[in-house]
Amino acid sequence: MAFKKSAVPFAGTPEQEKKLRAVIEEHKSDPGALMPILQKAQDIYGYLPIEVQTMIADAMEIPLEKVYGVVTFYAQFSINPKGKYKISVCLGTACYVKGSGDIYNKLQEKLGIGGGEITSDGKFSLDACRCIGACGLAPVLTVNEDVYGRLTVDDVDKILEKYN
Amino acid sequence: MVNIKINGVDYSVPDGSTILEAARIAGIKIPTLCYLKDINAIGACRICVVEVKGARTLVAACVYPVNEGIEIFTNTPKVIESRKTTLELIVSNHKKECLSCRRSGNCELQALCKEYGIDENKFAGANPEVEIDDSAAHMIRDNSKCILCRRCVAACGVTQGIGVIGANERGFATQIASPFDMTLAETACVSCGQCIIACPTGALTEKDDTDKLLEAIADPTKTVVVQPAPAVRASLGEAFGYPIGTNVEGKMYAALRRLGFDKVFDTNFSADLTIMEEAHEFLDRVQNGGVLPMITSCSPGWVRYCENYFPEFIPNLSTCKSPQQMFGAVVKTYYAEKIGKKPEDVISVSVMPCTAKKFEKIRKDQSAAGVFDVDITITTRELARLIEKAGIMFCDLPDEKPDSPLGTYTGAGAIFGATGGVMEAALRTAVWKLSGENNDAPIDFKEVRGVEGIKEATYTVGDKTVKVAVASGLANAKALLKKVKAGEANYDFIEIMACPGGCVNGGGQIIQPASVRNFTDIRAERAKVIYSIDANCALRRSHENPDIQTLYKEYFGEPNSHKAHEVLHTSYKAAELYR
Repeated sequence: MAFKKSAVPFAGTPEQEKKLRAVIEEHKSDPGALMPILQKAQDIYGYLPIEVQTMIADAMEIPLEKVYGVVTFYAQFSINPKGKYKISVCLGTACYVKGSGDIYNKLQEKLGIGGGEITSDGKFSLDACRCIGACGLAPVLTVNEDVYGRLTVDDVDKILEKYN
Repeated sequence: MVNIKINGVDYSVPDGSTILEAARIAGIKIPTLCYLKDINAIGACRICVVEVKGARTLVAACVYPVNEGIEIFTNTPKVIESRKTTLELIVSNHKKECLSCRRSGNCELQALCKEYGIDENKFAGANPEVEIDDSAAHMIRDNSKCILCRRCVAACGVTQGIGVIGANERGFATQIASPFDMTLAETACVSCGQCIIACPTGALTEKDDTDKLLEAIADPTKTVVVQPAPAVRASLGEAFGYPIGTNVEGKMYAALRRLGFDKVFDTNFSADLTIMEEAHEFLDRVQNGGVLPMITSCSPGWVRYCENYFPEFIPNLSTCKSPQQMFGAVVKTYYAEKIGKKPEDVISVSVMPCTAKKFEKIRKDQSAAGVFDVDITITTRELARLIEKAGIMFCDLPDEKPDSPLGTYTGAGAIFGATGGVMEAALRTAVWKLSGENNDAPIDFKEVRGVEGIKEATYTVGDKTVKVAVASGLANAKALLKKVKAGEANYDFIEIMACPGGCVNGGGQIIQPASVRNFTDIRAERAKVIYSIDANCALRRSHENPDIQTLYKEYFGEPNSHKAHEVLHTSYKAAELYR
């Protein structure tokens, strides 16, 4: 078992904490309060690290596992921040049959991280996404706003180099 | 009452019954996997499906309430086929090592697969590699055998109010684990083992120390002595076909002797010793303005919970070691000296209804003679396995007695294994003392008996009034402590046991399947054993135990003496863990 703590240290500010505490106070007594609180917490911090989840659990007097279970159930929540360069590989049907799975695997191997994770220098984060509407260019990946299409596994190194 | 029809036969059943309960009244056992009465009615596993006339689909009997005129069919081909397919899908992703699995023969999944004659290879599952979590002192989790029924999650979160395990991720990736995939040892788990006895398969098991024990017994240089806890004799027989609630005390002693222990003693003895110390500690706190309410410290799951969740109550905890540890401490000091052996050459073994005892024995400040008070702790289940492995024909054994001097006990020691038992035992001696050592003082304190989660009573002795409370199950303990903390309730003395019903329902006891647990109160049945032992004892107050009197005369002097404090008392520390 590996403790899934984010590779990047937590850098929350007192202002962010103040905002979060206000959100919890506002929703605390609502039924099903956890979802809106988590959504707003992610708006405040950009992601939901253990430090934020612990604050929510303690303030709501519920076990941390209850928070974590919900966070990992929904794809909209992330326990890792996004990198300076956010890589998204399309695993939609067209891209997938054209080999985007291999590209995704190659990126994981090159960066040493899994999907949904971030490199320890905070530079790259990697996610899989579904169709981005560029099936004609399949297989496709994006780095922030840049789109790369008609890729092969061998293109991965060249793309990463551009951001180094 | 409502009138219903099951398989074409008319029945009248109570309003609000589920189909599962109604069928049971009709003598039909509908199979279940995820359902556990009171704590896990989630209708998730779909094994209990039945046909209801007019319903669009099969319905889950565990959560479907009956209504007037409902017609239910429990064994149509459609029902049987559905259950069979569900089982085949579950086992497709289940690690099938039934020949070597700890739970083989006592596995709810295995039993159902046999009943339904499934094809275990019908579907090829993904069977992903999973990491085994053996970080905790008391248990192992192997998710490759987990069927995601969530009974452990309910035992931890609902029964115990702890919730350090839950379902992470979703779909095929779903795993029962702790937040951020931390190991159990990194969480505020209290080692109570309620998750283990809730598990239908071999996914959760206690750590096995029987090999270590056999090695110790085989070593001719060691004197190996054993103490079985009060609650063990109330459950051990279940492993050998006896009905729940059978007292197998005599056969238990006989089996331990045949396993090769040099001396067969009894934790009931050190339960009496605990009362000597604890009752006097209580009287001292009352008379000299000590911290009240005093809270018992016999249950290591509770002690750990207090340290993890309510550290502000640490000064309220009795400083007395638990009976297991007091016994070990006496073995390593008084007894070792008496037989002229070094403490490390006397191996002190305990048989416990409890998994937290495996954690307790390695705590700090539990080593009176400079070595651990207790060397090896096994659960009731491990003892049953050992008896089987050794070929001891348990049912044919004669009833034997424990050895002297650490095997003699009174009725007060015997009742430690049930919720309210420690309180009653302490009251017997405290009230006797407060009433001027009057032998006609009351012995039975029935208000604190029974399986209710929280009990309260007030006793008046002379001009003194003693307010007591008893809680079992940590969710109940939490509710009680919150009231005390808020000043809404006021007590002098509180007994808390981590497991609901007390040690008789401990996490180390013989596992009863949900089909039994859902319809029989095993806590009450096993507690009856303990109270009948008490009723049949000639001596029923701890201080009347002649071997306890000798122990004080020869070794400790007085209860709470300096020497008694060194050997029989301990300390606690707040723990900072993820909750």
